[in-house]
Amino acid sequence: MTIKKENSAKKIRVEKQVETTNDLWVLRLYVAGQTPKALTAFTNLKKICEEQLNGEYSIEVIDLLRNPQLGADDQIFALPTLVRKLPVPVRKIIGDLSNTERVLVGLDLLPVNNL
Amino acid sequence: MKKLNHELSSKKLPKSPTGIQGFDEITGGGLPKGRPILVCGGAGCGKTLFAIEFLVRGATEFNEPGVFMSFEETNEELTVNVASLGFDLEDLIRRKKLILDHVHIERSEIEETGEYDLEALFIRLGYAIDSIGAKRVVLDTIESLFAGLPNQLILRAELRRLFRWLKDKGVTAIITGEKGDEKLTRQGLEEYVSDCVIMLDHRVNEQTSTRRLRIVKYRGSMHGTNEYPFLIDETGFSVLPVTSLGLKHIVSNERVSSGILALDKMLEGKGYYRGSTVLVSGTAGVGKTSIAAHFAEAACKRGERVLYFCFEESPNQLIRNMLSIGIDLEPWVEKGVLLFHATRPTLYGLEMHLAVTHKAVNAFKPDIVILDPINTFVISDKEFEIKTMLMRIVDFLKASQITALFTSLTSSEGSLESSEAGISSLIDTWILLRDIELSGERNRGMYVLKSRGMANSNQIREFMLTDHGVELREAYIGSKGVLTGSARIAQEAKESAELLIRKKDIERKKREIEQKRNTLNAQVSALHFKFESEESEAIKMIEIEQDQIKRLNQDKLEMAESRHADSENIKSINAKKTK
Repeated sequence: MTIKKENSAKKIRVEKQVETTNDLWVLRLYVAGQTPKALTAFTNLKKICEEQLNGEYSIEVIDLLRNPQLGADDQIFALPTLVRKLPVPVRKIIGDLSNTERVLVGLDLLPVNNL
Repeated sequence: MKKLNHELSSKKLPKSPTGIQGFDEITGGGLPKGRPILVCGGAGCGKTLFAIEFLVRGATEFNEPGVFMSFEETNEELTVNVASLGFDLEDLIRRKKLILDHVHIERSEIEETGEYDLEALFIRLGYAIDSIGAKRVVLDTIESLFAGLPNQLILRAELRRLFRWLKDKGVTAIITGEKGDEKLTRQGLEEYVSDCVIMLDHRVNEQTSTRRLRIVKYRGSMHGTNEYPFLIDETGFSVLPVTSLGLKHIVSNERVSSGILALDKMLEGKGYYRGSTVLVSGTAGVGKTSIAAHFAEAACKRGERVLYFCFEESPNQLIRNMLSIGIDLEPWVEKGVLLFHATRPTLYGLEMHLAVTHKAVNAFKPDIVILDPINTFVISDKEFEIKTMLMRIVDFLKASQITALFTSLTSSEGSLESSEAGISSLIDTWILLRDIELSGERNRGMYVLKSRGMANSNQIREFMLTDHGVELREAYIGSKGVLTGSARIAQEAKESAELLIRKKDIERKKREIEQKRNTLNAQVSALHFKFESEESEAIKMIEIEQDQIKRLNQDKLEMAESRHADSENIKSINAKKTK
């Protein structure tokens, strides 16, 4: 499970970083190791992005256990935290993203089916 | 027993000195090492300053680097704010002695969905601690989290975990908290931090504010339980462990001159005891400050340091006024041995005055302290508080072997022996100055009401303020009692006139006797003369008589010879003649 998660996280980061310039949505997910909460958050995020963002997004997963100095830059204090870097303004969503509706509110998005 | 003591002391709670003046004294060494400490209080009471000073002193004096995690002020704001206290945070950051980390929580930017924890905070803090090897941590103030995060259940659980984690990290952590309505802190942080709680307070009483500090609890350590006044000034935080004083000070047998020769003479000729407390009390305009100034000048001349608190006059005014009686204090001020400390008593509360005095004395390290006058503290009827304050000052000065001179104004209506501040029992030497009203004028009188440990004079002396200082006149002891001013001069003139008359009498008598002697001598010599002349006359007569007898005999002999009388007859005549 752990290995799979790591792979997918890496995969996405690598894939999407290439096309960052074209992405409408730049998201960062801060986690600390492979905790259940982190995994849930990632799965939830992935699902929402696939459904709502139409492929125009990039997700960067930052593991604070490996890079603790990065936490201060985005003023992270809770984990997991999703940071919407683009479009501005910066928004933060803390928690495991289990409530899709709230995540969408946090991202200033309306669910697709409402469009 | 010794071993037991040793064991006990080795088991004692290790402490982390704060370096904050006075605080380490009341806590017996500082804050508990490796434990979280809660510092709480209302807005503007100095929580952040206390915390930052703990870090700065730790970094500069005890080589314990620190991390300051701020939830309110940004790093820039904080740096500027504490620069006024002389703390250069930027320099400490450069030298890797300090890390400032501002945690910005903006409610409007945050959306909560589902489960989360504050692990990121732990990681940030842990990273900061490890990167400089920090021993001290400040969280100022973590209660801001409650405003930023709606889910209190998670927050409380996480805080509990945070404090546990800080303990495990072995860092001494100060957590600040805003004062709550009924609790120590608004969010009840005291539930989590239970080792040591310090309460800061900023109270306004009768328009004067006093800052106070109290140690609410301190597990595993003795600590002072009172409210201690504290100061925040350009050198930072200072707590005054004033009530921890006792009556155990060492006494000195050394004497210090009062600066007035005649007054010294009244005190066994030597002056006050060093380290004693002198009170000069009297009615208005009687010369209390002049006596204080004399004392100050004499001390400066001896090379001692004098700290002069004036509560009524400005230093310049005092220097000018003293110049008029021939005491020039200015050179001593320039030399730095005399320091004036002028404040209005109403500027701040009693505790604060005490604190200021304490601090000024510690900074200047004087041999002599003058408080002129103390009764100005009596603004309202808080006699007890004033007495406690003065008692603390007296104790503090005595413990430091500082000779103190207080002046006190007594109102002319009240009894002269009662000083308004009610501190007479604290005083070692009490000099009372009083007005003596007599024959239409007011004169100054001085006497030593009491002087512990010496045989002081019991005389009331008249003293005068001349252009070369205070002068005491010899005590007038005569049939008329104590006389002062012109009455005294008149009495003295009268006495000297009487003396003159007596002197003249004696001289006249002497002259008379001399004359008598002369007359007597003259009479004696006259008698002598008379006698001599009589004597010589008698001798002459005798000679004449003898001549006549001789002539008679001669005549008889001649007669006999001419008659050719018996030779025997001639012989007998001759024999008669020879006879």
